[in-house]
Amino acid sequence: MRIVTCIKQVPASSKVDVDPITGVLIRDGFNVKMNPYDLYALEASFSIKNKTNNCTIQAITMGPISAKEVLEEALYMGSDEATLVSDRRFAGADVLATSYTLSQLIRHIKEYDIVICGKQTTDGDTAQVGPEIAEFLNIPHVPYVVEVLEVTDNSIIVRSSFDEHDEVTEVLYPCLLTIEKGIQVPRLPSYNRKTQMKDYDIKTITLAQLPDKNPDHYGLNGSPTRVEEIFPPNKRTDSILVEGTRTELAETLFKILKDNKYV
Amino acid sequence: MGYIKINQENVTKAIADKLIQICPFNAFEYENTNLSINAACKVCKICIKNGPLGVCEFIDEPTQKIDKSLYKGITVYIQQRLNKAHPVSWELIGKAKELAKKTNEPVYAIVIGNKIEEIAKEALAFGVDKVFAYQDDVFKDFNVEIYTNVVETFYKQHKVNIILFGGTTEGRSFAPRVAARLKTGLTADCTMLDIKPDGDLLQIRPAFGGNIMAKIHTPNHRPQLATIRYKMFNAPKKIKATGRIMFEGIKNIRKQTSIKLLKTDDLPKHTDISDAEIIVAVGRAFKKQKDLNLIKPLVDMLGAEVACTRPLIENGWFNPRKQIGLSGRTVKPKLIINLGISGAIQYIEGMKESDLIISVNNDLDNKLFQISHYAIHGDIYDVIPELNQLLSELL
Repeated sequence: MRIVTCIKQVPASSKVDVDPITGVLIRDGFNVKMNPYDLYALEASFSIKNKTNNCTIQAITMGPISAKEVLEEALYMGSDEATLVSDRRFAGADVLATSYTLSQLIRHIKEYDIVICGKQTTDGDTAQVGPEIAEFLNIPHVPYVVEVLEVTDNSIIVRSSFDEHDEVTEVLYPCLLTIEKGIQVPRLPSYNRKTQMKDYDIKTITLAQLPDKNPDHYGLNGSPTRVEEIFPPNKRTDSILVEGTRTELAETLFKILKDNKYV
Repeated sequence: MGYIKINQENVTKAIADKLIQICPFNAFEYENTNLSINAACKVCKICIKNGPLGVCEFIDEPTQKIDKSLYKGITVYIQQRLNKAHPVSWELIGKAKELAKKTNEPVYAIVIGNKIEEIAKEALAFGVDKVFAYQDDVFKDFNVEIYTNVVETFYKQHKVNIILFGGTTEGRSFAPRVAARLKTGLTADCTMLDIKPDGDLLQIRPAFGGNIMAKIHTPNHRPQLATIRYKMFNAPKKIKATGRIMFEGIKNIRKQTSIKLLKTDDLPKHTDISDAEIIVAVGRAFKKQKDLNLIKPLVDMLGAEVACTRPLIENGWFNPRKQIGLSGRTVKPKLIINLGISGAIQYIEGMKESDLIISVNNDLDNKLFQISHYAIHGDIYDVIPELNQLLSELL
């Protein structure tokens, strides 16, 4: 069994603002972390590994060279291998181009049974990259997996959580799963693994090594969508600020509820 | 070919430092007097707009342009389960009709299932011009592989301009599959939509993982795809139907799949915060799980549903179905009381349409205050016990 787990480095804080006068993005530092949903994707990978013999897990990511940090974290948590796909021609990629790039890396890796992604990232928040990778690989996908029920020789049975119902699905390999939060508590990177993996060399793949080398299919060129404008969110002009002692505040809140006939 | 070109001859150490400082994505690298841009670049073009003149330049060499006049029709994918349409579908028809008025395009619906005539008739009553119905026993349950084949067949035959999907769990799994199949753009969870005279859809959503909105368009690809959360728009009034139902040929649609649905478990209805009329939402200011008991008198008195922000899901205090925000549920209750929530844009976009918004927070600068009808500046640990005292006097 070969598992490829897709992870991403995201900003550690969402404190990004746009200056209302100059229209410039202001980011509060460059602290980064692993996308929290990907911790669950990794944990799901480990749980499948525990249910099978001879399973290897390869963590992959796309990003600048500094994104190797999240791959190291994945190795220290328990991934067997790690590969970064990085090229400045990937800059400005939207969902389609990002998914295509990752699918090309997976084609480069060649042998895989299951691709695992977190449900979404906390920076893009689209939840689209997983299903798009599956489509580019021409394999089925099952989203929002909350439980791995059974791993057989040619299929996996999982429980997924939808808006108003749960589904139990059997899907044949090769396939892609996106993992919902809470599947299991993610483990921490271990010191032992860090010592074991200290000589491991994370592979870096560039455009020149991917099966499709046409730069028009990557980055901004390969992205159908364009950001035309960025702007700060609307503010309410009729907002009422209530200040006072704790008793006054509670009394005002009580009065608002009463005036609106909620109590 | 679109990229940011650096004119190296104009680069000095000071200029490099300035660019490194203004780039919000840390994409500049300066080494041995050579300034380069790494893969972290999002082509936001701030280096051109605000950087030193003549250093960075955006090169967008023209590609072959599509003929936009060949693509007509704003289409809504009608999501159905057990032959009942999801109400987000009707909300999207309302928005599609508004947009279509501006470009004088027809409004279409596409519905896939095994017994869908009633749904198709309902779509007509909401005022669509044509419903394209794909009916077969194979289509009974949603299957992302087979349904993608259906939408692909539909698009190749009818060359529509836009397809809108509900941003439900199903839609968020299905629409990206369609986008990759048709090699086109897809914008997730748009909070506003508009259209340009040439038919370009303007898709507005939070972006860059921050408190920023982005206006996104798809200038040279068709169809244009977007998902929109439930309760973002209003369903139109029903009218006397004038449109037609077209039962489409399904013989040539591939129906093989590697996904087998073994079982579905329906959840008790009351668990859904999307339909709640009154919500009490809690955030990170609650320090311990047991402190949530503080809100019980208020919740009981109001008959409210309790919802929460993402960090509390991460703490494991709530089921993910209780999360408000674009990564959780969109809500539009008559009343929402936000307790100790700082208001990340993902949260705000998920509840800002609520009729009456009251927020309690001890931080005056929190973003949620800016969209609240009443911003109560105080600590939840002070205000709620006092409020509970007042509520108890009513009993």
